[in-house]
Amino acid sequence: MIEQILSLQSWMTFLADWKLFAQAFGVTLMVSVLALLLALILGVFFGVMSTSSNPVLRGIARGYVETLQNTPLVLQAYVFYLALPYIGFMIGQISVGIYAVGIYHGAYIAEVVRAGIQSIPHGQAEAAASQGFTYVQTMRWIILPQTVKIILPPLINQMVNLIKNTSVIALIGGTDLMNRTNDWATTGECIYGPPFLVCGILYFILCFPLATWGRNYEEKLKRRDVHTTDKPAAKEAEGSAS
Amino acid sequence: MRDPCVLCRVVLLTNNFLQIPYIGTCRLVLHGRPQYFQTLTFQDGVCVSMIKLSHVHKFFGPNEVLKDVNLEVKEGEKLVIIGPSGSGKSTTVRCMNGLELPTSGQVFVNGVELTRKNRTELVRSTSSMVFQQFNLYPHLNVLGNLTLAPIKLFGKARKEAEELAYHYLEVVGLTDKAMAYPTTLSGGQQQRVAIARALCSQTKIILFDEPTSALDPETVQEVLNVMVKLASESITMVIVTHEMGFAREVADRVIFMDYGTILEEGTPEHFFVNPIHDRVKQFLGKILY
Ligand SMILES: Nc1ncnc2c1ncn2[C@@H]1O[C@H](COP(=O)(O)OP(=O)(O)OP(=O)(O)O)[C@@H](O)[C@H]1O
Ligand SMILES: [Mg+2]
Repeated sequence: MIEQILSLQSWMTFLADWKLFAQAFGVTLMVSVLALLLALILGVFFGVMSTSSNPVLRGIARGYVETLQNTPLVLQAYVFYLALPYIGFMIGQISVGIYAVGIYHGAYIAEVVRAGIQSIPHGQAEAAASQGFTYVQTMRWIILPQTVKIILPPLINQMVNLIKNTSVIALIGGTDLMNRTNDWATTGECIYGPPFLVCGILYFILCFPLATWGRNYEEKLKRRDVHTTDKPAAKEAEGSAS
Repeated sequence: MRDPCVLCRVVLLTNNFLQIPYIGTCRLVLHGRPQYFQTLTFQDGVCVSMIKLSHVHKFFGPNEVLKDVNLEVKEGEKLVIIGPSGSGKSTTVRCMNGLELPTSGQVFVNGVELTRKNRTELVRSTSSMVFQQFNLYPHLNVLGNLTLAPIKLFGKARKEAEELAYHYLEVVGLTDKAMAYPTTLSGGQQQRVAIARALCSQTKIILFDEPTSALDPETVQEVLNVMVKLASESITMVIVTHEMGFAREVADRVIFMDYGTILEEGTPEHFFVNPIHDRVKQFLGKILY
């Protein structure tokens, strides 16, 4: 493998097929975006539901989260792939991948959203109730907007994991980046080095900037919190007003 | 506390459904003892009862926090509630806007019984609240805090809502802080913004739960001044406070709560001059000197 990476010949062979890889990279990108969208919708929906005062709603949300978090993603992908045709859904491997990854990460995002909502002081919901906001209005206009900042770092962590986990599609035979790489490498001349290296780099350039941005944002939040608690902003404002 | 008898129930439900204030006394003894469904006070055929708690009991787990509280607040009345910590003052006030629902008994607001089902709409149109901890929305600036309910709940246009907000900011003397975020304001300023926010709902009732207890002694007065100003208007105010000077100035009536009951009731003067119970004398002695 090391020799192949150093061998100009194998790189030439690999690069001749670059279009195949570009296309597969596009598939991975598309799957990531769509699965993320699905995961966000499910995550906010079930996250809000798990903070409801209604025990049935809470139970449903708990069931979803626990089931999806405590079984392997690979198993879930296989189940979706093999079981969906039985109940009349004929969908391609790529779509199965989007659903499987989206639903799986939806469960994690639901937990992130729940923790975020619960970190907002209860006085906020009480103030909203005293003004006559309904539960949904309270979430929409008062609680969730305050939650966004807090949950952004763990949410980005989930995005990075989601991108990497789209590679589960390779196992059910969808042509994403992982599958294309493996396929290309194990057929014909069996050139492993260049495709796997490039595959890794492509995932890396998707994930690394995202993860870095998330970490920097978190640092910024922390610094700002220290800042506001150290500085007696209230006292200062008081002085300037009088 | 037992539920009203079958007949009372039917009358209550019918009136409630039709949103008619009702009056009358149940003479039946179906439920073991005479039960009154007569509740609201009328003057010249008009219901003047703004808030009424009727045989309200509230349990938190095994603790009975309110024990048969009966209380009527008339339209425009300024009622001050005092009493030692844990006596149920907050719980009483929170029953008036559905933040707590009584375990048994009834709450009427503006002639309508407050229930789990109607509390959001009823509260929206009749009352607002000012909290000890201000509870301003930190993600919105002062103007945003003031216009959120008018825009989202009362369907006002942004421009109209902002005019309203500036009007009430002027009342509390903070027009220059319209664009500031709550965390950059002092406690006294935050509480004045919270009062302006309550005013922006233009409700007949404003409930205050220890509005000055979280403030520095120097800033207490600026908030009290605003409240004195409000008291000259027709708003019905229920105020939990230990500021007896303020109570003397604005209150029509003071009630003293102890262990979940109303122990003594009277004018502010009555409490200053000749309170009946030793418990009350003792308590006033502590907070006045
Ligand atoms: N949500 C709750 N769950 C359990 N117990 C509660 C709850 N809210 C209040 N209590 C209890 O009910 C009692 C009365 O509380 P309440 O807050 O009404 O008293 P208070 O007169 O307002 O006192 P304070 O002056 O300290 O505010 C207290 O013993 C309190 O511990
Ligand atoms: Mg209290």
